[in-house]
Amino acid sequence: MAAVHQQLVLDEKYTFQSKTKTSLIILIVVGLVLAGLGVVLAQSMSHGHEAAHGTEEVAKAAEHAHHGSPVIVKRILKDLWQNNIFFGGIALIGVFFLAFNYVAHAGWSAAIKRVPEAFGNYLFVYAGLTVVLLIVGGHDLFHWMDHDLFDPASPKFDEIINSKSWYLNVGFFWGRTIGYFVLWILFWWMLRQKSKQEDMIGGVNNYDRSIVISAGFLIVFGVTSSTSAWDWVMSMDPHFFSTMFGWYVFASTFVSGLAMITLFVLRLKKAGYLSLVNENHLHDLGKFMFAFSIFWTYIWFEQFLLIYYANIPEESYYFVERLLNSTYAPFFFAAFFINFLFPFLALMTREAKRQMVFLEIVAVAILIGHWLDFYNMMTPPVLHNDGALDISFFFLEVGITMVFLGVFLFIVNTGLTKAGLIAKNHPMLEESIHHHVY
Amino acid sequence: MKEHQDYILGVYDDEDVLVEAVGKVREAGVKIKEVFTPFPVHGLDTALGYKYSNLPVASFIYGATGTITALSTMIWMLGFDWPQDIGGKGHIALPDFIPITFEFTVLLAAHGMVLTFLIVSNLFPWNYAPKMFDARSTDDKFVMAIELDSNSKMTADAIRSVLRESGATEVNDFKDEAHK
Repeated sequence: MAAVHQQLVLDEKYTFQSKTKTSLIILIVVGLVLAGLGVVLAQSMSHGHEAAHGTEEVAKAAEHAHHGSPVIVKRILKDLWQNNIFFGGIALIGVFFLAFNYVAHAGWSAAIKRVPEAFGNYLFVYAGLTVVLLIVGGHDLFHWMDHDLFDPASPKFDEIINSKSWYLNVGFFWGRTIGYFVLWILFWWMLRQKSKQEDMIGGVNNYDRSIVISAGFLIVFGVTSSTSAWDWVMSMDPHFFSTMFGWYVFASTFVSGLAMITLFVLRLKKAGYLSLVNENHLHDLGKFMFAFSIFWTYIWFEQFLLIYYANIPEESYYFVERLLNSTYAPFFFAAFFINFLFPFLALMTREAKRQMVFLEIVAVAILIGHWLDFYNMMTPPVLHNDGALDISFFFLEVGITMVFLGVFLFIVNTGLTKAGLIAKNHPMLEESIHHHVY
Repeated sequence: MKEHQDYILGVYDDEDVLVEAVGKVREAGVKIKEVFTPFPVHGLDTALGYKYSNLPVASFIYGATGTITALSTMIWMLGFDWPQDIGGKGHIALPDFIPITFEFTVLLAAHGMVLTFLIVSNLFPWNYAPKMFDARSTDDKFVMAIELDSNSKMTADAIRSVLRESGATEVNDFKDEAHK
């Protein structure tokens, strides 16, 4: 045992190699090119569609029926918004992961904690993009931002949305949005500072303070994870409400975040870093992905079941839009198979959770599946029936996602270089080194 | 039939010595019957070469039985035997069946697993209680029991010296009278 201990390197430092940088930049550029091609493709296809209808007047009438910007602009805005929420959510899960591990006095995760810690760096991009997208595309993304809906004299007056105006009004909305980011970034920054100080001076002081900060963050996160999901996702369908929606979005982002953490750990391990991490730590990450895939399914299905059974029009139209409408049904069922059945069966055995290959395949599947789940949450209220799955999806949507992925990986990799890869003075590190899962 | 069963007991003071001793004793070709410790010792089962149990496989089979039984029963009852339309959802309304299917899966998997474990581990109350070789193994000693019959290739003296070399503080003989 003692011999093994001496071989371990605690002063690991991650170098963001220029080779990795180049491939990430290529990923971003290819994504941009694909997205550009996608725009051209989508435009040419919609022209063909209109021509089939005959006259130009029909096309004009169709365009007038949709309020706001042209379909392609809405579609791009929706894609940007969806990826922004998806990748931003993953970054926030990094902070959440740190916080609940601190509060639980968890020992095993000490060896990998620098990975979720680095995720927090992306929160700045998340904040910036959210503000920009809300300014540019707020009216296209959020139907309720139309002032006429709240004006009893207007023909567009909407009694249901008007009754929610105490919560859904632009001022309060912006206040909440700014508030979330200030709180999230502040808590992440405090945890990060304590963690860096611990590296330099050691002792348990920083650890104890981190637990207090984490407990504070968990309270903030408990409220804001739900309310931000209402604000940024659920209010895209302003008539619809579901008391489970916050949990549903949280479950989806949490399991995606866990998959992203696992992928980073696997990649670092393969590149020869994280010598402390062995299959026991991977086993725990695997258990997390397995368990929270089931948790997501539970929430996803319970939300559906209650709405289906009660059959209240305001609630059930959410599923009429997504399930009975053949445009979005493939996404709905794909999410079920990729997010539940596949991880459930693939990660069921002990051995599967301890093997890098299995974990890698499942983690990638989970990320794709939950991206599709977010697509299904956000597309129908913006694009209605124009969100059909056609060939341009593989250019525009996939391209924009590649750009976001590239930026996310670039920022997190840069974040990893800013501190040692192993929190060498973490009081739980010894426990993490000897971690053993039966 | 032999009148009694002969054992040699190695008594250890320290769990780290014990875990290493288990490896040494097994390397010397001695089969270990059982090791008794006052508390669970990390790494002991690996040192003893115990294989992982197949209980999860049994649990999966019980669970799958539950899923299939619950689904097919409800589909047969509400769809064919006595068709009922509840809440306008049709005769075979699958979403309604999922919670019950889930519960029945968990019920069979959990109960099946517990019963199987009790049977496999011989843990029912009316079963023959495990032997107490040395009462100190419930207090501060770690006791390794070696059955002479299953080590017929070695002499008792050879086994005693292996145990002493592996770090045992005492090496005792034990005669089990229960087999008379």
